[in-house]
Amino acid sequence: MADTLAATPPRRRRQLFWPSFALPGVGWLLALFVLPIYAVGAVTFGGVDPVLRTPQPQWNPLHWDFSTLSDVLSRVFTGDLQNVFLRTFAFVGLALLGCCLIGYPVAYFVARKAHRSRSSLLALLVLPFWISYLMRMMAWVNLLQPDGYVNRILHFLHLQGPPHNWLNGDWPTVVIGLVYGYVPFFILPLYATLERLDGRLLEAGRDLGASAFQTFRSVTLPLSVPGLMAASVITVLPMFGDYYTNTYLSQGSPKTQMIGNQIDQYLHQSSQPRTGTALVLILMAMLSVLMVYYVYTTLKQQREALR
Amino acid sequence: MRLFRNAQGKARWLLVITWLYVLWSLAPVLLAVRISFNAGKSRSSFQPLSWKWYWGDPDRSVLHDPALQHAMVNSLKLAALTMLVTVPLGTAMAIGLHRWRGKMSTASNTLMLFPIITPEVVFGVALFMVFTQVYTNVPMGFPAQLLGHITFTMSFVVVIIRGRLTAIGGQYEEAARDLGATRVQAVRLVLVPLLGPAIFASLMVVFATSIDDFVISSWLSTSAADETVPIKIYSAAKATATPSLNALATLMLLFTLVAVGLAGFALRAMNRRGGEDAGAAGGLASLSG
Repeated sequence: MADTLAATPPRRRRQLFWPSFALPGVGWLLALFVLPIYAVGAVTFGGVDPVLRTPQPQWNPLHWDFSTLSDVLSRVFTGDLQNVFLRTFAFVGLALLGCCLIGYPVAYFVARKAHRSRSSLLALLVLPFWISYLMRMMAWVNLLQPDGYVNRILHFLHLQGPPHNWLNGDWPTVVIGLVYGYVPFFILPLYATLERLDGRLLEAGRDLGASAFQTFRSVTLPLSVPGLMAASVITVLPMFGDYYTNTYLSQGSPKTQMIGNQIDQYLHQSSQPRTGTALVLILMAMLSVLMVYYVYTTLKQQREALR
Repeated sequence: MRLFRNAQGKARWLLVITWLYVLWSLAPVLLAVRISFNAGKSRSSFQPLSWKWYWGDPDRSVLHDPALQHAMVNSLKLAALTMLVTVPLGTAMAIGLHRWRGKMSTASNTLMLFPIITPEVVFGVALFMVFTQVYTNVPMGFPAQLLGHITFTMSFVVVIIRGRLTAIGGQYEEAARDLGATRVQAVRLVLVPLLGPAIFASLMVVFATSIDDFVISSWLSTSAADETVPIKIYSAAKATATPSLNALATLMLLFTLVAVGLAGFALRAMNRRGGEDAGAAGGLASLSG
């Protein structure tokens, strides 16, 4: 390595100076991010060992066999996997709605209305990031036990008769669990956008005779769309791949299974791992629009910050 | 509406929603911490206070249950080693991507952003496949988990450091170069000290992310020996667990909060010593002197 560096002419060496900082990281990502994802494709489009029934990856795209993928796709669109996909969309959609309803007022208040308490509120909003996700879910499992505090409070308020077991595959438990888990990730990007809003535009709205609600609807809300989009993308992407929140909060009930559970089961407990990898590819294809949107806007922001 | 507004016209209901949210987001965790001090076996209600599940119980407390202890050591070891590899790798990558111009740089930068938004189950399956089909000489369990954690935390470091690099600008390095520093010296004596706070922040973020991770650790684990604390919490959901699990989670929370607190403290001390300008000036002084 030293020899080749010494042998390169100085101008060329100067050109290599900055890339050499980035290369170890780029190489790492190629070896342990790009290649692994390619491996998922190679396994899905490959064959199966005739004796051991283990997958035989096909690395050459020219010899890929798409039959597994098309089988799984038809099961997703018209067959037995359709329900799981619809349920995943419903759970994620409802959880996103919950995040908006809770997250927007909170982010708005902390960014625009809290003055003296802003820094302490921000610290409290960031605190869940430092608490393990599964510990936060475990806390709910403690609360939602049949003899737990949720049932006791409901009983005390006369809202409920006999104790209800919330952890037995109730969809509201899972949706609320998802909101609880992901709303901190929703609030922070939104806060960043709302905090940078130009206050003069909001004042102009009021000065021109709009009511507080009209100003909100026709000035504040349109201006916060980029923040809402960023916050939604950053919460929706991990939610689509989630399979531990619902399993943990419903003790593995099949009534709350999402796409991630199917992937987990096909790869861990069945003799058809290629069905699992095909589902991973379908999930990625489904989410690619959101992922590209995120990368595109982030790159644009980076360029603007440098200007 | 008037009922909900005070004299300044501030919307009071927003204040109420915000504090209710804060209460909702933190109270369950405080309850789980309180349950870890239960004297009895209940995981759903408060019992008299004791240290039973930390060290009192001779079999099932965190101190005496080898499986719980093993999970804790695994998690801490994994987080510490991940932090030590990821942060230098990610910092160098951020510096390189920030200065390097051209098509390859844009491509690398784009590539770097994808791990952040790849759903963890996709990441987990992909790593599982590559370790079983390609890097078969890397044993599953701790070694594979470590490589996996480094991969999925690296981009966070790059993003944090790049943000800081943009804020710093190029003038300090130019000054160093004008004073006769080589490019390596300018990076080592000026840029890296200026990045101090961001490097600190990345260390903490990587530590917390790694400690928190369930999906990647679980896809790359093959036996009970590779269990981390999140895996332990997850797998105990079906089994009849004792408050020792709450005690374990509370200890991990304590470790994370102490680490974050120390980092915050160090950052404040660094800022008080004269802030970023003084830091850069110190670097420049050592160059010209």
